Formats: sequence, structure tokens, C-alpha cells
Amino acid sequence: MTRAETCVVACAEAWRGDGAVLASSAGLIPQLGARLAQLTFAPELLVTDGEATLLRDGRAEGWLPYRAVFSMVAAGARHVMMGASQLDRFGNQNISCVGPWERPRSQLLGVRGAPGNTVNHATSYWVPRHSPRVFVERVDMVSGIGHDRGAHEIRRVVTDLAVLDFETPDRSMRLRSVHPGVTVDEVIAATGFALTIPAGVPATREPTEEELKLIREHLDPHGLREK
Amino acid sequence: MDKRVTIAEVVGEIRDGMTVGIGGWGSRRKPMALVRALVRAGKKDLTLVTYGGPDVGLLVAAGCVKRVVTGFVSLDSIPLEPHFRRARSAGTIELTEYDEGMLYWGLLAAANRLPFLPIRAGLGSDVMRVNPELRTIRSPYADATELVAMPAVPLDVSLVHLNRTDAGGNGRYLGPDPYFDDLFCLAAKRRFVSCERVLSTEDLIETGPPQTLLTNRSMVDGVVETPHGAHFTSCVPDYGRDEAFQREYATTDWAAFRARYLDSGEDDYQKAVA
Repeated sequence: MTRAETCVVACAEAWRGDGAVLASSAGLIPQLGARLAQLTFAPELLVTDGEATLLRDGRAEGWLPYRAVFSMVAAGARHVMMGASQLDRFGNQNISCVGPWERPRSQLLGVRGAPGNTVNHATSYWVPRHSPRVFVERVDMVSGIGHDRGAHEIRRVVTDLAVLDFETPDRSMRLRSVHPGVTVDEVIAATGFALTIPAGVPATREPTEEELKLIREHLDPHGLREK
Repeated sequence: MDKRVTIAEVVGEIRDGMTVGIGGWGSRRKPMALVRALVRAGKKDLTLVTYGGPDVGLLVAAGCVKRVVTGFVSLDSIPLEPHFRRARSAGTIELTEYDEGMLYWGLLAAANRLPFLPIRAGLGSDVMRVNPELRTIRSPYADATELVAMPAVPLDVSLVHLNRTDAGGNGRYLGPDPYFDDLFCLAAKRRFVSCERVLSTEDLIETGPPQTLLTNRSMVDGVVETPHGAHFTSCVPDYGRDEAFQREYATTDWAAFRARYLDSGEDDYQKAVA
């Protein structure tokens, strides 16, 4: 079992119990997670090809052009896992630009659909490199809103080191589990704000035999997840 | 009802300072032949309204743009658009940054001649901070929900690219997504559609089911046949994105790229990239 495989399963877990909602994702690891969830414990999930086709186990089952995605967003029938260039303790996220918005040091994507996603439906984040540059006290441009700004629900943050959630009284970020081989201190050192650390932090669950087989032989036979 | 025009005639209708809507999405089915012509013509102070891709990059790099109204600018396979990034850091363009769904709503409001449409997207986010003119509105019903009053985004001109049209402006997309090209046309005073092939109405009808006929004659003022006119963006099923050329675009010095590909006409461009 590799770290990437642990991350795929941790991403899949974010969609557990969601029912027939659109599972959208940015990046290969969350995409594999959504497809794995659909194949195993969340069979009702809707997954797309990243363009306008709905897929069930890799085969077309429906049509979803962008205008229909916006309707699912507004209806709340979606749980997206986005990326984050910056993320704060209440789950405010930035993918727009770094530095002052008026004249950014680094222009990134723009807010994209993050404001609409976070105000309308469940949102999770995938962070491939857990570092204090991403986990900051204050984001430069609030693209996705956090719990202190009226987010619908920030469900999970999955990183290369750990799984985080917001199951605290003030709905600020908490360490939920550390991936096998990672210590709690490593996560604390890689986070630029004070996390809630429960008394005993469990290890992120390992993939089952069935999940490993699906990832390795069916979903990603060329091992692109390890890159 | 023959609305066929040349690229030069379309460019002739676009004056400095106009608000120009550009269809497609990111690096997908952009009216690139028309964009290249705007670059060559040296238009100034344009406000671009678009789901941004290399259309934004080319026009920004050429100094044609005053303001971009968008939710993102991306080349899809290359996430960040280099010319847009550079201009933002240099402070040489203005930006109106909306959530993608807000932009859709703004076009929908303009298309329906409404001053605004209510939407949740934007609430609580810094979109409200960087667009201080945005207002919220409270539902007059028992729920009393507070919503963003997304203002209409009216356009002077719209430019879109479709797979097939007839000479009158009936148009069809053949790929998986119409994007918002119909709304761009409905939100604009003057509407120009470039396309891969102009067919007789009879032949156009034969190319697919009725629900993929995205534009009708009332939505279009001019039709331009520009084969390969979305290059280097995708225009499936006629052709996919030219990834190698897009990489060259993203990594080549602007002056060199412009001299190599843009300064002569569209025919020379198409020969150079064939």
C-alpha cells in the first residue's frame, strides 16, 4: 500500500453517505477517489468525465453540460472536492491570486466556481503538499467561503499527510487522522495555524484488499497516482 | 437573409472601448480567428466578458484590453494563462472577478432584459469585496433570504464559434457542450458567429437533432465561415485542442510568437499551423 493509495481512499471516504449527488473533483487523486466510492460504498454518486458526460464505472450514463452543473450547484445536489492554494482554519479557501488582489504577486486561476460551491453544497479539499504556505492564518482572497462566513458545509481536507475535518464546537479545523507513517507533530509543523488535536489521533484507515485491487487493476492500471 | 460577412467586416464593427463577449469556455471552442483579427487590427481599451482562455491571453498580450470580466482564465491542460498572469502582476489590466455562476446569471439577466437576477453565489466571499458596486437583496417572501443581486452584463458585441451554420445564422454545435454561446448572443447588441462550415439550411438540418441548434436567425447579425477557426482551442468533433501548439504559445516570447503567427492574415496563420 502506497501513500497515494491511502489518499485515494481518504478522498473516497469524503463522499460516504452522500447519495445521488454530483461528485466533482479537481486532480487525479480525488477523481480516483470519487470513482472508487461510486464502485464500492456510494453507488448512487454521479461522476463526470471532466467535460459534459456522466460516467458510471467509466461508461457514459448521461449528459451534464456546464449550464446543468450550475443548476446542480444551486440546487445543492453536489459535493465538490476542490484544490486550494491557501486554506485557513475555518475552511476559507483561495485559488484566485497570491498577494494583494489589486496587483497580485502571483495571479492564479481566479475564483472559478468556489464562491457558489461553498455557499450552496458540501465542499471538501485535496491538498497534495501539506505545508504552511497552503495552511495559512488568513487567505489573500476568499474564493471558497469557510464556516465563519456562512459556508454550507466544509466536510474534509485530505492532504498527503493527513485527513482534517471541522468537527469542533466553533467548526474550525481539526486533525481527524494521520496517514500511516506520519506523526501528529509532522502535521502540526506543516500547518501555519493552531489545529485542534484530539487526545488520540487515529491512523487513516488502510485500503481494503478489494479497494487496492480496484485502484491498481481497474481505475489506474498505469499508476499515474504515484507521480 | 444572407448574413455572410468577412472577418474584416466583423472587425470593422468593433470600435475601441467596446464591451465584447467571447463565447466558448477556457481553451474550448473559442472564436480564435476573430480574436486573431482583433489583435492584427490593434483594437484598444476593450472590455472582454468571457469564460477566459487564450482569447484573453492573446488580446491582453497585444495591448487591446482595458478590463476583463470573468470567473477564471485558464488554458485547461495548462492551468494558468501566462499573458493574463503577467498583465495582472504588472497592473496593466483591470479585472472584474465573478463566480462562474454569477457570470452566467449576469448574461441571463441581460438576455432577459432584467436589471439583475438573485443568486446565492458570491455571498460571504471576497467577490463582494473586490466588486464594491455589488448589492444584495432580501426576498420579499416569508423566507426573507438575503441574496446577491447579480447585475445584468450587457454586451456591445458577441463573438462565438460553432461547428455548422446556415447563411442566415441558424447554428449548431456538434460537441458535448453548448457552453453559453446562445446567451452571449442574446445579451449583445451585435452578434457574430464564425463557424467551421456554412451549409444550406436543408443540409444544416440534416447534421443532427433539433435540440443542438443553438442559435436561430433572430440571434445573429453576421456569419463568417472560418475553417479551423477555433484553433488552437478544441472544436470537437471537427478537431481537438492542438496541445503542442498551445504549449508553444504558452512558452514563446510574445513578440516572437506574434511575428511568427499573427502579423500576416488568417490564411497565412492556417498555413503556418497546418
